[in-house]
Amino acid sequence: MSDGSLLWEVFVRPRRGLAHTHVGSIHAADAELALRNARDVYTRRGEGVSIWVVPSGAVTASSPDEQDSFFEPAGDKVYRHPTFYEVPDELQL
Amino acid sequence: MSTFEALIAAQDRVEPRDEMPGDYRATLVRQIAQHAHSEIIGMQPEGDWITRAPSLRRKAILLAKVQDEAGHGLYLYAAAETLGVDRDDLLEALHTGRQKYSSIFNYPSLTWADVAAIGWLVDGAAIVNQVPLGRCSYGPYARAMVRICKEESFHQRQGFESLLTMSRGTPAQHAMAQDAVDRWWWPSLMMFGPPDAESPHSARSTAWGIKRFSNDTLRQRFVDLAVPQAEALGLTLPDPDLRWDEERGSWDFGTIDFTELREVVSGNGPCNEVRIGRRVAAHEDGAWVREAAAAYAAKQGTRGAA
Ligand SMILES: [Fe+2]
Ligand SMILES: [Fe+2]
Repeated sequence: MSDGSLLWEVFVRPRRGLAHTHVGSIHAADAELALRNARDVYTRRGEGVSIWVVPSGAVTASSPDEQDSFFEPAGDKVYRHPTFYEVPDELQL
Repeated sequence: MSTFEALIAAQDRVEPRDEMPGDYRATLVRQIAQHAHSEIIGMQPEGDWITRAPSLRRKAILLAKVQDEAGHGLYLYAAAETLGVDRDDLLEALHTGRQKYSSIFNYPSLTWADVAAIGWLVDGAAIVNQVPLGRCSYGPYARAMVRICKEESFHQRQGFESLLTMSRGTPAQHAMAQDAVDRWWWPSLMMFGPPDAESPHSARSTAWGIKRFSNDTLRQRFVDLAVPQAEALGLTLPDPDLRWDEERGSWDFGTIDFTELREVVSGNGPCNEVRIGRRVAAHEDGAWVREAAAAYAAKQGTRGAA
């Protein structure tokens, strides 16, 4: 990028016990500055206890065009859900 | 029906890698960039008062508020970049006048009471405008707006509180508060844009789920919220035609001078040159910091793989 910065994706863990969640992106020259910028931009009100920054170019994503075919294998396997099975109502199962 | 049309019809969200019509993408880039530019230019009228805040408490509040506006700009530039544009290019478009920002920031902040009036009225109007955008069809823009709206509430309340303090203060302080409201009221109403009849792109933006309510609907909503708030402040609004309409259950208000809005939009507002001049200067003065950071990263080999 012409201002010498890179684009980073920012993930924040809101509090202990929760997973990091994507919150947006940030520009920074290196990883350390990316962390600091992410802190200043995305956690000004205690929104997080931990931050990950990942170079945007390092993310490999599934394509939305193939969304149907890509996730299709899961579509017809209803027997993976507990509700597929009939059991007596009175039992705690 | 295309995937895009199906998503819009189902009021579902469009995400960055989805296919979308070129006009939808261009409209979003223009709107999000203009919005981002407004956030960072909006730091200036209030930033002028940081060194002159009347107490440490007010200074800390104002500093936090102006910092938030910088943050809002960054959330929005990040949202725009998901559409395939580069932040540098957007800033370049701002600096050269190819892209606009909200005209409200081309008015000067003459007294300390202006900081309070801006918080109450300008941030208040922004909230009315922005809350519906939290449900707009483009995912990254909607998410940025939800985050921004949470923070705007503090902005409006601190302004209201400050204005109330002044209104209940000495006669001179009260007069200063009233003067600020007198100057900011009409420009705030213009923040909602031209009247519906003259708003050329509205229909398309509505069909695309970017716009949820018309300019005039949102303007009326703002007036209805502000009138009782002004009364609680012990201040008057500078409009002799304000009166409660029993049938509509809304406040009637006077005619807005949109020629003034057009003048300010086309660059003839009181502060257009100052605002852009200072933005460009800040960008240029900060160049050595960006260069130093890039040089340091290159030397340490700490740059990411991207
Ligand atoms: Fe803002
Ligand atoms: Fe604000």
